[in-house]
Amino acid sequence: MTVVAVKDVSKQFGRGGTVALQGIDLEIAEREFVSLIGPSGCGKSTLLRIIGDLIQPSSGSVVVNGKPAREARIDRDYGIVFQDPVLYDWRTVGKNIALPLEMAGWPRRRRSERVREMLDLVELGGFGDHHPWQLSGGMQQRVSIARALSFDPALLLMDEPFGALDEMTRERLNLELLLIWERSGSTIVFVTHSISEAVFLSTRVVVMSPRPGRISDVIAIDLPQPRTATTREEPRFFELVTQVREALHLGREAESIA
Amino acid sequence: MRSAVGRGAVFVLVAALLWGFWEGYRWLWTRTGWTWPFRVDATSMPHLHDVFHALWLPARYQGPRLISVLLKASAFTAKEAAVGFAMGAAAGFVLGVVLAHFRVLQRGILPYAVASQTVPILVVAPMVVIYLGSKGLPGWFSVAVISAYLTFFPVTINTLRGLQAADRRALELMRSYAAGPWRVLWKLRVPSALPFIFAALKVSATASIVGAVIGELPSSIQDGLGGQILNYSQYYSTQPTGLWATNVIAAALGISFFIVILAAEKIVVRRAPENVA
Repeated sequence: MTVVAVKDVSKQFGRGGTVALQGIDLEIAEREFVSLIGPSGCGKSTLLRIIGDLIQPSSGSVVVNGKPAREARIDRDYGIVFQDPVLYDWRTVGKNIALPLEMAGWPRRRRSERVREMLDLVELGGFGDHHPWQLSGGMQQRVSIARALSFDPALLLMDEPFGALDEMTRERLNLELLLIWERSGSTIVFVTHSISEAVFLSTRVVVMSPRPGRISDVIAIDLPQPRTATTREEPRFFELVTQVREALHLGREAESIA
Repeated sequence: MRSAVGRGAVFVLVAALLWGFWEGYRWLWTRTGWTWPFRVDATSMPHLHDVFHALWLPARYQGPRLISVLLKASAFTAKEAAVGFAMGAAAGFVLGVVLAHFRVLQRGILPYAVASQTVPILVVAPMVVIYLGSKGLPGWFSVAVISAYLTFFPVTINTLRGLQAADRRALELMRSYAAGPWRVLWKLRVPSALPFIFAALKVSATASIVGAVIGELPSSIQDGLGGQILNYSQYYSTQPTGLWATNVIAAALGISFFIVILAAEKIVVRRAPENVA
């Protein structure tokens, strides 16, 4: 089943302003893990926001879960994770995770049950009563992932979620994210500008190029599942990394010709 | 200086320094006979210990002690100021919320809110007293209204500023939850605005005392600190310590209002320690 269908989407900021996206077509099936990769200015975050109906495309259509993006947002069909954890300082970790559940009108008891499950899922059991500022950056980002998954959305949108973390934490969270993806059965759209992260995580990598932002290549990642720490050491991993890197460079050359 | 003991020590030290400065200045000017910028004597600058001593002397011949008279007056003024503060803070908050949601009104109403604060309170006070008096409301309530008039403005401005300070990503997050404006207001905007609002409440808490004292003057209310100030300023040349002592008590009342707000802030505002304003 198709979870996300983007058809001929373009986005221009302001009249006569920058063309952030042009003629984007993209279909994402259930259980896929799709990474959007490209240099800054290629519109990958913009595309993610259009899928989430946080901004509107100038033209084209977006269908999420078989309905227009706006309806999907109102039905709370997706969870979103930003580069910053965006946790509310005035709420405890547990209450942060419960925020979308409050919005959806879950009764208190069911909320606290779910919060406990989510804390276990991201391996933060026992931190529910802490305040966000008492946690490390990596832990905060795990809270924000737990919050995004708490109401069991079919789709998870992630905008460079590990971009602000150090390499070690990042690789550990990559592994954890794959585990969460497997357990939760959700579909993930993941924005990144790290080639190895995109290859390691994804079932497909969408390569984008800037000015105007467009899709220059789509590369299927056929590394076996489940992926482990040793996946990064396999020859096939390096081949795919090289393939994505070359696609990125081709995109840039195309830009300089145009 | 994190510990309570450390902070207490600093407070005592500063108080001692101020005391020393006052008495030192007095001593030097009396000794040298300097008269610039003013003559120093027991009328212009009474000994501080005389001021505090006066609190324990009878206010009138065979009357109660000055301190008990002033405390009673303080309680009266505190009631006016507290009611005024509550009304002003509530009105200020509501106005801030309304202005934050309707940009048109910001342009339309804000100039008048600013103008309201430039009008001398001594002009407004008698009008309020006379108008509300004609409606059969008690005098102290008129004074509370005057106090509210001085209280609302900082709260409005900071509420407006605070509501607009909500994190852009956090707003996107609320949008992703399909949260309506009311939800966004209470779950995100107001909590993010609280540090701003409390900064204003601290200013307003002391302003509400000033407003109450000033409000008492033209409304011929004798029961509050304003009445006492008026009374003792008439006896200043013969008994300067009376006015100074009233001053000390009025300041103490302002400080205690401030401390109440500070304590409320500690309870209500939960923030990362480095983000506390």
